[in-house]
Amino acid sequence: MTDILKSSRRGFLKTGAVFGSGLLISFAVPGARRIASLTNAQGGMFAPNAYLSIGTDNTLKVLLAHAEMGQGIWTTLTMMIAEELDADWSKIVVEHAPPGEPYKHPAFGIQLTGGSSTTWSEFERYRKAGAMARALLVQAAAARFGVQPSACKTENGYVIAGDKRASYGELAADAAKLPPPTDVPLKEAKDWKYIGKGAKRLDTPAKINGTAIFGMDVHFPGMLTALVAHAPVFGGKVKSFDASKAKAIPGVRKVVQVPSGIAVLADHYWAAKKGRDALKIEWDLGPGTSVNTTQLFADYRKLADTPGIKVVQEGNADAAFSKAAKIVEAEYTFPYLAHAPMEPLNCTIKLEDGKCEIWTGTQAPGLEQAAAAKILGLKPDQITVNTTFLGGGFGRRATAACDWVTEAAEIIKAHGKGTVKLVWSREDDTRGGYYRPAFLHRVKVGLNAEGAPIAWKHMIVGQSIMAGTMFEVMMKDGIDPASVEGVNDSPYMEAIPDRYIGLHSPRNQVPVLWWRSVGHTHTAAVMETMIDELAHTAGQDPLEYRRKLLKNHPRHLSALNLAAEKAGWGKPLPAGRFRGIAVHESFLSYVAHVAEISINDDGSIRVHRVVSAIDCGLAVNPDGVKAQIESGINFGVGGALTSEITLENGRVQQSNYHDYRVARMFDTPLEIEVYIVDSKEKMGGVGEPGVPPVAPAIANAVFAATGKRLRDLPFSKTNLKA
Amino acid sequence: MAQRNKKQVFHIKKMIYLLLGVTAVSSVALSFRTDALNISRKETTEEPVAEADSIVSKKAFLQAYKVLMHPRCMNCHPTGDRPLQGDDSHVHTMNVKRGVDGKGLYAMKCSNCHQPQNTPGLHMPPGNPSWHLPPADMKMVFQGKSPRELARTLLDKSLNGHKDKAALLEHVAHDTLVAAGWHPAEGLAHLPMSRAEFVKHFKTWLDKGAYLPDK
Amino acid sequence: MVKLNINQKEYSVDASMDMPLLWVLRDLLGLTGTKFGCGMAQCGACTVHLDGDAVRSCVTLVSRAVGKKIVTIEGLSPDTTHPLQLAWKEVDVPQCGYCQSGQIMAAAVLLKENPNPTDQDIDDAMSGNICRCGTYPRIRKAIHLAAKMQQEGGNGK
Repeated sequence: MTDILKSSRRGFLKTGAVFGSGLLISFAVPGARRIASLTNAQGGMFAPNAYLSIGTDNTLKVLLAHAEMGQGIWTTLTMMIAEELDADWSKIVVEHAPPGEPYKHPAFGIQLTGGSSTTWSEFERYRKAGAMARALLVQAAAARFGVQPSACKTENGYVIAGDKRASYGELAADAAKLPPPTDVPLKEAKDWKYIGKGAKRLDTPAKINGTAIFGMDVHFPGMLTALVAHAPVFGGKVKSFDASKAKAIPGVRKVVQVPSGIAVLADHYWAAKKGRDALKIEWDLGPGTSVNTTQLFADYRKLADTPGIKVVQEGNADAAFSKAAKIVEAEYTFPYLAHAPMEPLNCTIKLEDGKCEIWTGTQAPGLEQAAAAKILGLKPDQITVNTTFLGGGFGRRATAACDWVTEAAEIIKAHGKGTVKLVWSREDDTRGGYYRPAFLHRVKVGLNAEGAPIAWKHMIVGQSIMAGTMFEVMMKDGIDPASVEGVNDSPYMEAIPDRYIGLHSPRNQVPVLWWRSVGHTHTAAVMETMIDELAHTAGQDPLEYRRKLLKNHPRHLSALNLAAEKAGWGKPLPAGRFRGIAVHESFLSYVAHVAEISINDDGSIRVHRVVSAIDCGLAVNPDGVKAQIESGINFGVGGALTSEITLENGRVQQSNYHDYRVARMFDTPLEIEVYIVDSKEKMGGVGEPGVPPVAPAIANAVFAATGKRLRDLPFSKTNLKA
Repeated sequence: MAQRNKKQVFHIKKMIYLLLGVTAVSSVALSFRTDALNISRKETTEEPVAEADSIVSKKAFLQAYKVLMHPRCMNCHPTGDRPLQGDDSHVHTMNVKRGVDGKGLYAMKCSNCHQPQNTPGLHMPPGNPSWHLPPADMKMVFQGKSPRELARTLLDKSLNGHKDKAALLEHVAHDTLVAAGWHPAEGLAHLPMSRAEFVKHFKTWLDKGAYLPDK
Repeated sequence: MVKLNINQKEYSVDASMDMPLLWVLRDLLGLTGTKFGCGMAQCGACTVHLDGDAVRSCVTLVSRAVGKKIVTIEGLSPDTTHPLQLAWKEVDVPQCGYCQSGQIMAAAVLLKENPNPTDQDIDDAMSGNICRCGTYPRIRKAIHLAAKMQQEGGNGK
């Protein structure tokens, strides 16, 4: 998705037009009335813009244009408002905003949480929201005190002038009557109290005592719970079904057919599950049965023999290999991966009197709203979307197809009216598709006598995430940027005179999607292990080798050098321990990891320690940045070591956490150290960039330990004992 | 009388093999020698052995061995402190540890997941009211053992929880957790014979002299 | 009607005896702090205390809970002041937060049975609880911190 960001703003503007609505949100007040109606405001509530309101009881309510899925924006966006508003931190209430113009992503043009973009994209808007409110409160106070606004200062929820002071709540009614200023100055960095310093997460208290409400926790009296029997193969359809046994289960109320399968509606999950187990369904499986992952990689291998779509061509790589002193060739495979968020997908939907209300944890509430509206024959504004906390997203809760909300809407449509909570079981989630696509890379590199790469040929084969979806507008010349990001824009490439990058994007029935760090999940692993291999082929230290090649890339270098220094690169390790290093830019941030591993007696890999450095520009909430890098590392450890989705005859072989292995406590490094580069550069993201360098750092450490190059993920496939 | 004669015979054998051991060591010799030791241990327990018959005894053990080394039994008799799972006997998913009493540790006690009965469904936890591993001071390792090694382990009171043969038989015949082997959870392989058959072989092995198989 | 003792309160609930405790808590009694993650005792999100043990309520039939003391995250402390909760706040452990009820309930049994756990003890106790956000290093840190707080006579339970 980095390319989305890079081509930015232009690219997404175009996309925005496709989505058919205005783009850049006028910062102004259209939201104010909306908020007032939303929040059942009592008289006197002050909502100067769509992002905050202040009640007469001094409560500051912050509305988030983005969804909290663990990345911490509940706190970080609030810090931006509180910073400019000089708010009383203890009086803050945070809510997810509904779908609406003011909440569209400033760069993407649709309401979307993704691309590790929330903090940098909202840095102006949310600070200005706070500053505007402050200006109005000061103006109201000045009038009340009979002083000039310039004689007033603000502090911890009060406007103060001399010995007079008034709380924001007291001023709210007056401030609400004032016209909003067209522009407001922002604080200078030296005056920041929160930004760059941090704050405790505002959502922690609710998440440690059971009171935080996730989509799964939404409940209404009389509500039915629905489970859907899906086809065992992607694209399969119901041929016929017999629900008599299901209907006989106590608590089962109804069985309805929907496009995605057969839905059992029951008083509670357990009855719905038993009902679903009792269904007899005959499926028309369709062409999806032909997908076999073993065969798929064999097919991909053949495709890699042919040039594919030209992504980059400079000079003549094939001819240049004849000039090379040494040639290195390698092939890499990456399996399908499920996101497997802890909270299985779910959606509660209520339909009554031509009005619809939805409760779900989604990264794209506007898309869900439009999808449900289409199915139910309603206008989007007849549908209220309530975004709950997300029990993990990692990309899964942002599908162009709006798959689970669509399914919920189809169920309520078939049911007629009332309230239904659609719940996917873990098995539904594991087998439900929208995976990180399987990829095969084939790379051939020629080195000159000094060991520097002079010719590079790189074939990439794997499904496009965007093709066939609304995001297809992001593609150019048939190239999905998410398939090649991290290779075509690699900093190592620019100095190589002869290079060719080719892409094949075969299609099949398996739905694919962005998975935390998207294309970088595979491209970084290829680039950073290949560079390591080149260094060793050239007889050079992998860190030194990178430093030379990255000499014109100061942000890569700053992350690389900081991580290497803190990890003690080159210093001796305890017996049996080995280091590997990797650096990669994604989502506008630069991350280097040094992994320390050992090989267990059974041949498995133990990652003991990861030392990481990130240059993300200004770190608005430093502890939040660290938390995200820790998170990315452990997410990456699971993907690198054990996670894999395979298909046989179209059937997904894994079903739950017992065979779709994600990282557990004992798999993950005992020590993770994260260092933030003191950087004045452009801000980047932090949710995803910690993931890409994990697999190559581990693989490079394994090479140091065993002399074996791990090129097929997950690494558990390779027996390191032998 | 018959016993006494045998005793003398074996004492002579023992001496011969001690001598042999000095001059040449062969696998046959070793195997013989332990048989002899085995018998002499039996004498000290003063258990009557009606009809010792090494051929029948060993053969019976090899039948019982099929059950003992089957994943349904062996998975809870691992070499390490982590139980095994499934028909491929992989290490238990969340790295469960034995604990002192064999019942797991802290938040990962066996019965936190394993119910008094099998939980229905594929890959669901199998159940039994006393699901556990052997305790830490009596690990009773089966995994990786040859018939001979396993038989020796079973008979060794320092390893088997001070069970004499009657107690061993009682354990395999009537222990409620051993019974779980014959009630696999859905989708898991069944043991190759009934418990009655297994007990019959086990008893024959003991009754006929509790001989150690050759390998 | 099934009679249950949950968080020191008596409940009477119309549930069939073969219903997992998880769904009785969540769908019948509205105690939604206990989470559904996998339904097969793999992820630990549904962990509750049954007579002090950290059972996975998704596979524990309600019949097994009758006559026993059930404690859920809602009942771990009256005011979110269990040492683990204080430590969780101090370290800012949660991210998405979905698994944290189960993590805390599992850690509570660890601390009760081993007031000063090592890193290995933490691995041995906590590897049954998956956190997809990978908050493991902070969970580890918070458990050590809670152990310290407990020993120093903080809000020990």
